[in-house]
Amino acid sequence: MDLIVNIVLGIIVAATPLVFASIGELVVEKSGVLNLGVEGMMIIGAIAGFAGTIETGSFMVGILAAIIAGAAVALLFAVLTQTLLANQVATGLALTLFGLGLAALIGQSYSGKSAPDFPKLNIPGLTDLPIIGPLIFGQDGLVYLSFALVAGVAWVLTRTRTGLIIRAIGENHDAAHAIGYPVVAYRYATLLFGGACAGLGGAYLSIVQTPLWVENMTAGRGWIALALVVFAAWRPWRSLLGAYLFGGITIIQLHSQALGLQVEPQILAMLPYLATIIVLVLISYDKAKARLNAPANLGKTFFAST
Amino acid sequence: MTKPDDAYLLELEGLTKTFPGVKANDDVSFRVGHGEIHALLGENGAGKSTLVKMIYGVLRPDSGAMHLHGETFAPARPSDARAHGIGMVFQHFSLFEALTVKENIELGVNPELAKGDLRQRIIEVSDYYGLKLDPDRMIGDLSVGQRQRVEIVRCLLQNPRLIIMDEPTSVLTPQEVDVLFATLRRLAEEGCSILYISHKLEEIRALCHTATILRGGKVVATCTPAEETAKSLAEMMIGAILMPARRESSSIGDVRLWVNRLSLPSQQQFGIDLKDISLDIKAGEIVGIAGVAGNGQEELMAALIGEHTLGDHETLQLDGKPIGRMGPDERRGLGMCFAPEERLGHAAVPNMSLIENAVLSARIRKNLARSGFINFREAENLSREVVEEFKVKIVGLDHAARSLSGGNLQKFIMGREILQAPTVFIASQPTWGVDAGAAAAIHQAIMQLAKEGAAILIISQDLDELMTICDRIAVIADGRLTEAEPVANLTIEQIGVNMGGQAERSAAHA
Repeated sequence: MDLIVNIVLGIIVAATPLVFASIGELVVEKSGVLNLGVEGMMIIGAIAGFAGTIETGSFMVGILAAIIAGAAVALLFAVLTQTLLANQVATGLALTLFGLGLAALIGQSYSGKSAPDFPKLNIPGLTDLPIIGPLIFGQDGLVYLSFALVAGVAWVLTRTRTGLIIRAIGENHDAAHAIGYPVVAYRYATLLFGGACAGLGGAYLSIVQTPLWVENMTAGRGWIALALVVFAAWRPWRSLLGAYLFGGITIIQLHSQALGLQVEPQILAMLPYLATIIVLVLISYDKAKARLNAPANLGKTFFAST
Repeated sequence: MTKPDDAYLLELEGLTKTFPGVKANDDVSFRVGHGEIHALLGENGAGKSTLVKMIYGVLRPDSGAMHLHGETFAPARPSDARAHGIGMVFQHFSLFEALTVKENIELGVNPELAKGDLRQRIIEVSDYYGLKLDPDRMIGDLSVGQRQRVEIVRCLLQNPRLIIMDEPTSVLTPQEVDVLFATLRRLAEEGCSILYISHKLEEIRALCHTATILRGGKVVATCTPAEETAKSLAEMMIGAILMPARRESSSIGDVRLWVNRLSLPSQQQFGIDLKDISLDIKAGEIVGIAGVAGNGQEELMAALIGEHTLGDHETLQLDGKPIGRMGPDERRGLGMCFAPEERLGHAAVPNMSLIENAVLSARIRKNLARSGFINFREAENLSREVVEEFKVKIVGLDHAARSLSGGNLQKFIMGREILQAPTVFIASQPTWGVDAGAAAAIHQAIMQLAKEGAAILIISQDLDELMTICDRIAVIADGRLTEAEPVANLTIEQIGVNMGGQAERSAAHA
């Protein structure tokens, strides 16, 4: 039983950075922008969060630093693609490479240091309950925040006028512009939100999960977050589900021997990507439904001719 | 008596707007009265869109002033204009396909209106004006006519004082046009003014109280359309004597294109199955296919031009030769040319230059690519010839196709195909969005082509166009095609009835 609880706890820790990064990217893509720089924003968030925490000793400062750093990198992307109309795919890829390099540079002096333990929720009585105690009442604050964030995004996108405008801009930016919505301003806002979320996801890795700074420590999680958005068919709750599935596979991989699974770890490591491809095939099988899922103007450059 | 300055709803004084290289509006002044249906007429590029965008707050004038209800009016953005009671129905619908009717309407009204029971109000307003709508349907599932209703209802919900309509009838059946006109007249009687942009002169004569005519960004005339003829209006608009396209009976030869009982299940979810379509077109003949959009025109076009090859080689024959299984290139090689309806993305690649777009279509017939190398000099010559002969307004031949206005690109596409001297020419909506002068020129070119012995098929929703240039007209409804009847035996009403879905019955009788 302890093994199971430990595995589930591990899954939560593994999934939370993915939840943050993918929910941010989901909002960005809903507004019609494809930012492939998630990996870069995450790693910058990771080093900023780690450095902030080590330098000040305050987790709050570290987390804030990560959010600001992630958003700042996203702002760079926004200026390049929304104001200067650079190609989004190329800029996103460049952003990832830039982020990895810059983070490594900043992180030189932090290698090998470790952050203090991140506090977890402890409600006497509740947290001591068997099984559900540690699982439901014993998490760190960021885990609860990640759930709240998904719920908030889901609510804003489907129930509010702001969400409707974001979806409309992602669907047809020319029409949105003709009606009078500031397409570029909205996209700046969603990009900043996406960057902040990716930064937070990165900080979770370096402050809570490891908690150390290691070069390239995001190890492709930014790409998984991108894949998750597609996997989720651009629906917030499904991206949460996806993040936990992917997190689960990562953890089961680690425990596979203890669980007596006779599967090559490489095959398990492949699974998330395989699942994404299968989901992509499934969602594009029905053309009418595919149209409803993917924002029609995803990745297209908007230029107001008038 | 109202105060003198309050006698008009909207007054424009000396509006001027300059874009780099073009004076789009030059000292434009006119007035729109209360409850007046005011036509704004002009060729492509005459400055109608720019003017309307200034009134709707999308653009700001360089100089000049606007007065609404006698008060200075300078909208900084569309929501300002809407707050002042100005609504707009766009030419290219500003709708979002993956959103519902209600969500689309919500997006287009100011926030305070979106509160409360919007759904109920949509139903009330649409019922009151006879424009039935289901608020929960997805826009992508609606017909073009229904989509326009969404735009109109969106306007009406805001209790507008002025509605701007940009070419609203180009996509409607004659019956739908009647419904629209009844709605507009009712609105006008209730005191709402309408600024009506169109190039369909007969409609303007039937509907509008006053017309302001723009040419080259300037007001050239203001008149009462009912007292003018369509010809005199067109002449004011283009500033030249218009030679109306007139169909001379050319000598009809043998059958060139023969469609023999074509049935084709649709490949798309919301597509139309083609059912037992038969048609023949003879050399020197122009045959028209009328019908409401979305009744199988796209599918038929795809089958005829070879984008969708047929299982049975014999179903389609060109000069007696079966071509059913051939793709578009092979068909072009045998002398067919095509101009599909969708200009950007189908008839032309939006991000490629005009020259490249010329190569894509004329490569085979004009031999523009020899042993794998493109002959850009010849391609450029061909493009230049098209531009000159069809008076296409361009910045440069190396500019992307998408940079042209819709009407100009249409002229380029038609010219590109016609100059390839096809023996069979198939065009869908050949003059969509093109002004009267240019439309006459395109019609003239099509008729000249027929005179030279080509067999021509025109698929169009513009009945006036079909009646003017065609020898015979068939109607497509729900994937079935009626027998093509000589134009002399047809009336617009009859065609309209067939378009309304009763084609099945008349096909059975034929």
